[in-house]
Amino acid sequence: MCLSVPAKILSIEGEMAQCSVGGAIVEASLQMVTAEGIEPGDYVLLHTGFALQKISEEEAHVSLNLFNEFEDFNKRLDEEEKADRQYFG
Amino acid sequence: MTKEQKIMLGHGSGGKLSHELISSLFLRHFQHPALTAMTDSAVLNLPEAQLAFTTDSYVVDPLFFPGGNIGRIAVAGTVNDLAVSGAKPMFISAAFIIEEGFPIATLEQIVTEMANEARHAGVSIVTGDTKVVGTGKCDKVFINTAGLGFFHVEFPPFPGQESVKPGDVILISGTIGDHGMAVLSARNELPVQSGLESDCACLNELILEVRKASSRIKFMRDATRGGLGTILAELCEKSKFGIEIQHETIPVRESVRGMCELLGFDPLYVANEGKVVIVAESSDAQRILLALQNHPLGKDAAIIGKVVEQHPGFCWLKTEYGSSRIVDMLAGEQLPRIC
Amino acid sequence: MQYIDEFRDREKIISLVNRIRFESRKPMRIMEVCGGHTMAIHRFGIPSLLPGHIQLISGPGCPVCVTDRRFIDHAIAFSRQPDVIITTYGDLIKVPGSSSSLEREKAARADIRIVYSILDALTIAKKNRRKKIVFLGIGFETTAPGTAAGIIKAQMAGLFNFYVLSAHKVMPPAMSAIIQQGVPINGYLGPGHVSTITGSAMYEFIPDKYNMGVVISGFEPLDILQSIYMLVRQHEANQPKVEIQYSRVVRPEGNSQALELMNEVFELRDDWWRGLGVLPQSGLAIQQKYADFDAEKQFNIEIEPTREDKACICGDVLKGIASPADCRLFGKACTPTDPVGACMVSNEGACAAFFRYRKTAAE
Repeated sequence: MCLSVPAKILSIEGEMAQCSVGGAIVEASLQMVTAEGIEPGDYVLLHTGFALQKISEEEAHVSLNLFNEFEDFNKRLDEEEKADRQYFG
Repeated sequence: MTKEQKIMLGHGSGGKLSHELISSLFLRHFQHPALTAMTDSAVLNLPEAQLAFTTDSYVVDPLFFPGGNIGRIAVAGTVNDLAVSGAKPMFISAAFIIEEGFPIATLEQIVTEMANEARHAGVSIVTGDTKVVGTGKCDKVFINTAGLGFFHVEFPPFPGQESVKPGDVILISGTIGDHGMAVLSARNELPVQSGLESDCACLNELILEVRKASSRIKFMRDATRGGLGTILAELCEKSKFGIEIQHETIPVRESVRGMCELLGFDPLYVANEGKVVIVAESSDAQRILLALQNHPLGKDAAIIGKVVEQHPGFCWLKTEYGSSRIVDMLAGEQLPRIC
Repeated sequence: MQYIDEFRDREKIISLVNRIRFESRKPMRIMEVCGGHTMAIHRFGIPSLLPGHIQLISGPGCPVCVTDRRFIDHAIAFSRQPDVIITTYGDLIKVPGSSSSLEREKAARADIRIVYSILDALTIAKKNRRKKIVFLGIGFETTAPGTAAGIIKAQMAGLFNFYVLSAHKVMPPAMSAIIQQGVPINGYLGPGHVSTITGSAMYEFIPDKYNMGVVISGFEPLDILQSIYMLVRQHEANQPKVEIQYSRVVRPEGNSQALELMNEVFELRDDWWRGLGVLPQSGLAIQQKYADFDAEKQFNIEIEPTREDKACICGDVLKGIASPADCRLFGKACTPTDPVGACMVSNEGACAAFFRYRKTAAE
């Protein structure tokens, strides 16, 4: 595969950026993502010293919101189950 | 002897240069009557008691790193080996193998750190040796230290691995992986800076506090090379019990975790130089935890797991979402990887 | 948002698992073709969360595992040259060649350095102009653009003491071969980081031709479970298609800048895969215009005849038709400390993962 991690851009100098992965600072090349208009504060996916893609916060929220819906669905099931149990004593 | 001087083969010859080096450097920093007498062996007065005796050799690259240097580790490592067996560390030997051409000023920095650390831990460096080898025959400097400690009547040796039983709790004295990651980033071979400091420290004082708080400690070990994971795997290997640890309770600094994610390492197997793993009866778990947390070297201490009847011989790591995996011993060195 | 913990949330995981259990009826075999998924699946204990009729199988997704022994032998032969420095990712160090490994050569004083990035290898080349620096290029579409960027940088900087030995491979031919060779699966967990580069279009032939779904997945537990859920839904409705679960980094069109780099430097060639044999147009060779940097072309050295261990069934494991436990070497002659097969060497190899996360009799 490809061990890749999300990293936060701290500063950019030319093609290179200082990125933070949980406080560890790593230098990475932005040459494959210049079209994305990367700025400090953005998150990128890092692999072998290169940023491969900008991480989309919007899309991440879409995924997470979907999970929330599942959670709601589960709670509803749980409640129904509880209600059933009460009903049947 | 001027500061710019370098170690020469003659410094290990046993002649005038050796003599000069010993008196102007080692004796000056490691002041102790047994050492300054310059006899072939140190003559020591010990209380009549059980003794603990240990030895370890230290090779570190780089020699200096944030939070310490090879000298500090050489003292702390041996002090800790004595302390985790329950002994009060008393005397230490210091033997140096030095590469020809090594700057004496750098050697002095190392020796100073050793002296400070020894003083701090209340141990005396009482005998030593110096050998010089030709360029390329060793990497700058290697240090071997042996240590003697004795057991106070109140604090006998820990009962050890055999006494460990299901129901016992497992604690760690603080965050794991700090040393390994601090040294790795200080090596400057990777484009990574961690801002981390090694946790290298003498733990005898902390361990004494813990002993005062509880007499129900069964086993201790300092989690050095191989990390916490290796200690736990070793502890239950060939035992009639298993171990279960809870992933989210294991203290790991953010930047250690970050570096591990980046390089594909597992913090469980990253080296520490100032962390102790404690197994004790569960009734005393909180007292021990409190004693640890009240000491600056144990402020991040945590209860991380327990000894169980299930899966004898194996340590299992449980995650917060209910899955689990085996914690094995580290197979070889961890290396930066792409997959 | 830091994009890690959010995707490891316990409550969400449980609810997603319940959702899968609620909707899944038909038995299903899902293959992951990325070693990172193999590791994550075991690390997070995903199989223990799934209903028994959903089976996860590991495919040929670890670059180290599928690489020919001859590549290692080649690298070893280079390392024995007096003026050569080998630069490599840590993954390759322990992989056995026909009679040695890079680890053993290093112990025998070969100059072999482990790097995090090809950019570090370039720095070594700059500092050691009189030496020849050989970089071992392994990996799929995720890693190949970096290697391409490195070669272009070497050319721009005039670093003519820098060479790449390429074993880079591309994923789709292997995914196709698995199905053609009759491995029974019902869907693919698509490789998230490969797809970050390539996009999703290259998988369209799989539902079209083989009536099988592909969901491109991230690597956190929630990602993997959601992808499994998406495959379950496709399977239950009998509507296989290519979907992107890992939408926070995978765009349908991929990363065009990375693809340009790859196309500039590499060209497709037939390549040998452990377990699958020679697959047409599945490997990446360095194009003639960058021949100055191609270790294969610039060095003329003898390589020992390739020898494979006959008892090792890595090939079948990679194809998903044998489990590591079926191998008589597994856990005995072949362990992570002393590996025989490539699948035991790599951290993400199916055998290493199986060994590390194996179940004990007590469980």
